[in-house]
Amino acid sequence: MPDPSPILEFRSVNIHYGPVHVLKDVDIEIFPGEMVCLLGGNASGKTTTLKTILGMVEPSSGDVVIDGTVMTGSTTAEIVSMGVTMVPENRRLFKRMTVYENLEIGAYLRQDRENLEADLESIYEMFPRVKERLSQKAGTLSGGEQQMVAVGRALMAKPKVLLMDEPSMGLAPVLVQQNFDIIKQINDVGVTVFVVEQNANMALSIADRGYVLQTGRIVLEGTAEALLANEDLRKAYLGDADSA
Amino acid sequence: MAESIVPESIQKSRPASDVDWSRVARQGALGGLTMVFIAAAGMVTVLDKRMIVDPWLSLGLIILLWVPVFFGFMAAREPTPDGGEAPVKGERDLLAGMVTGALAGLYFSFLIVLIDRFDISDWLSNLLPKLVDILTFGRGIGTAAAIWIIGSALLGLIGGALQVVSPRVRRMVTWAVVGTIVVAMLELIVTNLFQGLHIEWVADLLYAPRGGLTTQAAFVLAVVFGISGFRSSGKSLDQRRQERMALPKEVLARRNLIAWIVTVIAVIFVPMFVGGLTNELLANVGLFVLMGLGLNIVVGYAGLLDLGYVAFFAVGAYTTAVLTSTESPYWMPELTLNFLRPEGWIVVGAVILVGSIAGILVGTPVIRLRGDYLAIVTLGFGEIVRILFLSDWLSPYFGGAQGITNIPSAEIGPVVIPGTNSQAIFYLLAVFSGIAIYVSWRLQHSRLGRAWSALREDEDVAEAMGINTTAIKLTAFVTGAIFASLAGMIFAAKVGAIFPISFRLLISIVILVVVIVGGMGSITGVIVGAVVLIGVLGGPTQPGLLQEFGQFKLLIYGALLVVMMLKRPEGLWPSLRRQRELHHDELRQDAWLTGDPGQDTAEVDA
Ligand SMILES: Nc1ncnc2c1ncn2[C@@H]1O[C@H](COP(=O)(O)OP(=O)(O)OP(=O)(O)O)[C@@H](O)[C@H]1O
Ligand SMILES: [Mg+2]
Repeated sequence: MPDPSPILEFRSVNIHYGPVHVLKDVDIEIFPGEMVCLLGGNASGKTTTLKTILGMVEPSSGDVVIDGTVMTGSTTAEIVSMGVTMVPENRRLFKRMTVYENLEIGAYLRQDRENLEADLESIYEMFPRVKERLSQKAGTLSGGEQQMVAVGRALMAKPKVLLMDEPSMGLAPVLVQQNFDIIKQINDVGVTVFVVEQNANMALSIADRGYVLQTGRIVLEGTAEALLANEDLRKAYLGDADSA
Repeated sequence: MAESIVPESIQKSRPASDVDWSRVARQGALGGLTMVFIAAAGMVTVLDKRMIVDPWLSLGLIILLWVPVFFGFMAAREPTPDGGEAPVKGERDLLAGMVTGALAGLYFSFLIVLIDRFDISDWLSNLLPKLVDILTFGRGIGTAAAIWIIGSALLGLIGGALQVVSPRVRRMVTWAVVGTIVVAMLELIVTNLFQGLHIEWVADLLYAPRGGLTTQAAFVLAVVFGISGFRSSGKSLDQRRQERMALPKEVLARRNLIAWIVTVIAVIFVPMFVGGLTNELLANVGLFVLMGLGLNIVVGYAGLLDLGYVAFFAVGAYTTAVLTSTESPYWMPELTLNFLRPEGWIVVGAVILVGSIAGILVGTPVIRLRGDYLAIVTLGFGEIVRILFLSDWLSPYFGGAQGITNIPSAEIGPVVIPGTNSQAIFYLLAVFSGIAIYVSWRLQHSRLGRAWSALREDEDVAEAMGINTTAIKLTAFVTGAIFASLAGMIFAAKVGAIFPISFRLLISIVILVVVIVGGMGSITGVIVGAVVLIGVLGGPTQPGLLQEFGQFKLLIYGALLVVMMLKRPEGLWPSLRRQRELHHDELRQDAWLTGDPGQDTAEVDA
């Protein structure tokens, strides 16, 4: 039973990169505590959607609303301060900085610095491996470890909304499963999660709802069960996902 | 298991016949080529005048003789196969080294014969008959060729032997040779220092009247260094530093404190005991340390490749000149660079202000640019600034090519610091560098410093983490600009007259090389880089300790840069960072930066 006021909302957002029309009248509503996934093929505009939320790309029309406030045109810093954080595509750690320093950067905008220590501890609890590698350069971590640090870095911002761009990309199947377990765990403690995925099967198995993006347009939306049952979607994505 | 993969022959000592001849041929040719190049660059002729061990070993010979040793060493080094054991060393390594050396010597004697037969100094102006005299030791050409081939073979054999002997012996030999040569090269400073300490007789014992070590002294030094090398633990400096980082925090802090106190005492007292020449070197180093620290913030911390950094140096110098020179139309008789009086503070304040404005002016348009574009545009800005100072249009203010002369010396209260008193200038620069070191250090460990690192690593992600990349880039530019303009201010007061030509692109490049060679992002690295490049080799216009190398300075800079990038891209003295005990320090640094101490610091400390 979703809260009546969305924590994150797109109101017919359009995005142009020069002449290229990348997002077309996109409407999205995400309610507090939900886990929502955004599915779509390559170049459909998924990463662009996340960048728009963070204010890194400006809509040519339409509005991004966060927690009831219209945030269109705000700086990324302002939006991050409102509690929105991203785990970027391919993790993108700061490679020549230590794991510890990466985590620290995650908390860059936080005012309540006295709580950082406790938050670090809870991240170490979630990922004991991370604690062992604090002074290692992030670029030398294994792919799985990098994913943990990337998630940890985002969590250090104490987000209300966590955006994840293709978290399972490049991970071994067993790690993908673990990764989704972690995402679920984060969601369970009340963090709203918006996850972009190509692995539709996996994403829908843990999400509450989903949107399907096709060349910049939302072509399908609904509860996870409804989407899983949808014939078109099955043909377009799930067949791929199963064989992958 | 491994036996099946790795051939038997690699695991056992191989017989002498089993030499990798293609490797030997390659290394021999490289060695010969290197020797020919060194001779053709004119180094042998010029450096022959500088004695290392009087009367038989000159620097000109040494820069040839290391070549067969090095390539012999390389030829005898075979890679350990993946998963196999390190190959056992034996006589075949000696043979490989020796043949490599002989080949290098052979190719080199072709050159000697060539320049002896034909005068080719028209094409390669350094290959003069004089070079033949040096290289033939006054004997016949045939004898000389034989000496070179046999001598190189022996040196190559030594190189090969260095692979065979135990690391301990290798250390002993390297320490003995390198230590002795270094003492010989430092003749100027050592003599200077001993004179200051009134123990000239030690210097007289060490060095021959004509320059260079005496044979006896060289022998004693070699023995002393050899024994120290033999007894040393063989840990590299890096290993030691790494180990030190692992020490308990209190011990480390105490040791750091001691190191700093020793450094400060040395900075204060050493200049008193050395002569004017050494002080001049020190002053040059100080100037480049100050500028290097500034560029280190821009390039090392924030990762913004600024190739026009000299512009800020020029702005600081011209601001000082315009305000204080009697020739300037804006000369105000009241304004002097007196660091203990309000007039002086106005000048310093003006320099900082104009420097910051220049930083913003250059920084703003390039803020959106990345990597190579940023480098190219800043390069352009650096030249634009110089050309503006040179232009006829602005010559009423800046004097065009004639520059601005009659800039008064700096003063401290009633004490004048004339530019010719390099000791005083050095102290002045040491104070400013000290402040710059402190500021750099605080910045590095601040939240801003962390944000700069993130920016350097991945600008997009840094932005996504909520870092205001535009603001922190500008901060980096402005901080760097302030350091350079202060250096410019002292430079103007030191030389008394400035011209656009003093602010060439070469200066930007040299400062950048100082930062890169020292270790980007490392404060100690900047100091090490400045000492090695400016102090030892010399600055763009200033002579260094090895004045003989003067004309090859840029060649050596270039070679050093290439070798560093290939072998040690992190620099001579990279910054090691210890994983700090959480945010306590950082918070204090923030308070310091934002100027509001207190806040929740107390709670966190509790
Ligand atoms: N900065 C940019 N300038 C111009 N075009 C861009 C830019 N960024 C993205 N695009 C284009 O926008 C479209 C959508 O890109 P986006 O990165 O959002 O796709 P995606 O759905 O995340 O794809 P993928 O699954 O491959 O990551 C692509 O056609 C891409 O080429
Ligand atoms: Mg994408």
